[in-house]
Amino acid sequence: MAVDQKPPLSPIHFEVADALRQRPITTQTGLGTPDALGVTPGLIANEDNVVFATVKSLVDWARSRSPWPLGYGLACCAIEMFSAASSTHDLARFGAEVFRASPRQADVMIVAGTVTHKMAPRLRRLYEQMPEPKWVIAMGNCASSGGEFWDSYSTLQGVDTVVPVDVYVPGCPPRPEALTEGILRLREKIAKGG
Amino acid sequence: MATETELPGISEADLQTEELILNLGPQHPSTHGVLRLVLKLSGEKVVECVPVMGYLHRGLEKIFEWRTYHQGPRYADQADYVSNMLNEHAYAGAVEAIAEIEVPRRAEYLRVIVDELSRCASHLIWLGTFGLDVGATTPFLWCLRDREDILDMFEEICGSRMNFNYYRPGGLLYDFPPGMLGKISRFLDRWEKRIDDDYRELLEGNEIFLERLVGVGVIPREVALQYGITGPMARASGVDWDLRRDRPYSIYPELTTLKPVVLTEGDAFSRYLVRVGEMKLAIQIIRECIDKLPGGAIRARLGHVWKCPRGEAYYTVEGAKGEVGFYMISTGGSNPNPFRAKMRGPSFVNLQIVPWLMKGRLIADLVAILGSIDFVLGEVDR
Repeated sequence: MAVDQKPPLSPIHFEVADALRQRPITTQTGLGTPDALGVTPGLIANEDNVVFATVKSLVDWARSRSPWPLGYGLACCAIEMFSAASSTHDLARFGAEVFRASPRQADVMIVAGTVTHKMAPRLRRLYEQMPEPKWVIAMGNCASSGGEFWDSYSTLQGVDTVVPVDVYVPGCPPRPEALTEGILRLREKIAKGG
Repeated sequence: MATETELPGISEADLQTEELILNLGPQHPSTHGVLRLVLKLSGEKVVECVPVMGYLHRGLEKIFEWRTYHQGPRYADQADYVSNMLNEHAYAGAVEAIAEIEVPRRAEYLRVIVDELSRCASHLIWLGTFGLDVGATTPFLWCLRDREDILDMFEEICGSRMNFNYYRPGGLLYDFPPGMLGKISRFLDRWEKRIDDDYRELLEGNEIFLERLVGVGVIPREVALQYGITGPMARASGVDWDLRRDRPYSIYPELTTLKPVVLTEGDAFSRYLVRVGEMKLAIQIIRECIDKLPGGAIRARLGHVWKCPRGEAYYTVEGAKGEVGFYMISTGGSNPNPFRAKMRGPSFVNLQIVPWLMKGRLIADLVAILGSIDFVLGEVDR
């Protein structure tokens, strides 16, 4: 290419336009920088800003933008979940502040707290009552692996023994920023069609 | 309810419906956790109410027997997880009572400061969720905004926003960082105005809030005493009992600003007033502690290998919900763990009035009454 020749007009600049890759880089959860994502799969744009896409990729894109959580607090982590949704750490910036009281209107179940053997069947039932597609975030050490109650006689050693978990958020309890990070990770996963 | 106007050809007996069993919880936004209530309803009246607990039973008391005295406060945190410092105080106090450890005076003053800050944090989250229960959204946002300031200070003091692990038998883990006292004072000055100007103006200026609370869920003084209710709930019913004054511990007897808030109405609104009054009282106490704060060590010298001697003790602390107590037995010798640690959770005791309180009330009042009790399920089930 000659020096004075302008580069060809690029289609929509996804590196800038895609808000997924504009999110702040954080090491809060110890994961380092986010994965480098390619252009959102299935999307092609021409010079007139007309976007061609498959229905699936568009649906996944739309779903990833507003995961509604189920208002389901179990223990200490629930307080931090409230904090994340309240004014200081505004979870509404990421479309996930609408805590639904009924599982039938929820997309994401944030398991915030210790799950006991008595609670596990109810948790499974709530999960089954949620409509497809549905995702689960295990918030805190207790829900992820049993945490500090590793030798208790009455707690479940990780909620993944009962329901499939998509994102684990470590911490005891995780900071609101860590939960936000978890929700952003989940958004990436949903956008990829997961 | 059945209409009160007479309908032609229909007598009152025809309108009677059969009783309905309604299950509330364990996943319900207004049960503040995982409480489950089984209600027997006749129309909108609650005939019978049976609380079902244990959905958050984590076996804390058994775990205490397997942890050393220095690991114990970390698990005491988990009981009442919105006012963690007060549980830790009860745990550390019980160990100190067995071993007769003399805590340095600076540590006692710092303990009182973090205790009262923790009480404020607990009442703030209660006020916010109570507002949500009766339909006000803004107090929740404002209360959690101010609670974040307290949590930021806690994070600077002990490195964690919740579940602090700050108390140790014989003192505290760290001293306050430089500039912390000024930060607390500035926060209190800023926050004191907000209690009157923001929260009370917003809530008590609202007709709906008053309508739903005044005269609802009245607990007479005798009933409160019979059920063993403690803390702000008892003080709203006219029981003048505050452990900080009546069974003094730490440096509370030396404080001149400690004047417990006592009301006599016993309804949900007076419970609200008592808790708001306690937040203001806590501000005065913290200011006095900052003024009188002595220098010196923050932890008693226990030696490298410290063993708790044989003995038993019951130590109580005026928690955010009532009397937080630890009954601890130590077998002495080389045993590093307590033989038994029984925790008295005030929420558990306060919750047992719910069947009596709900009998014959309307189901619309249930949420307001439950909210005014202020229980934390981690402490109920332990």
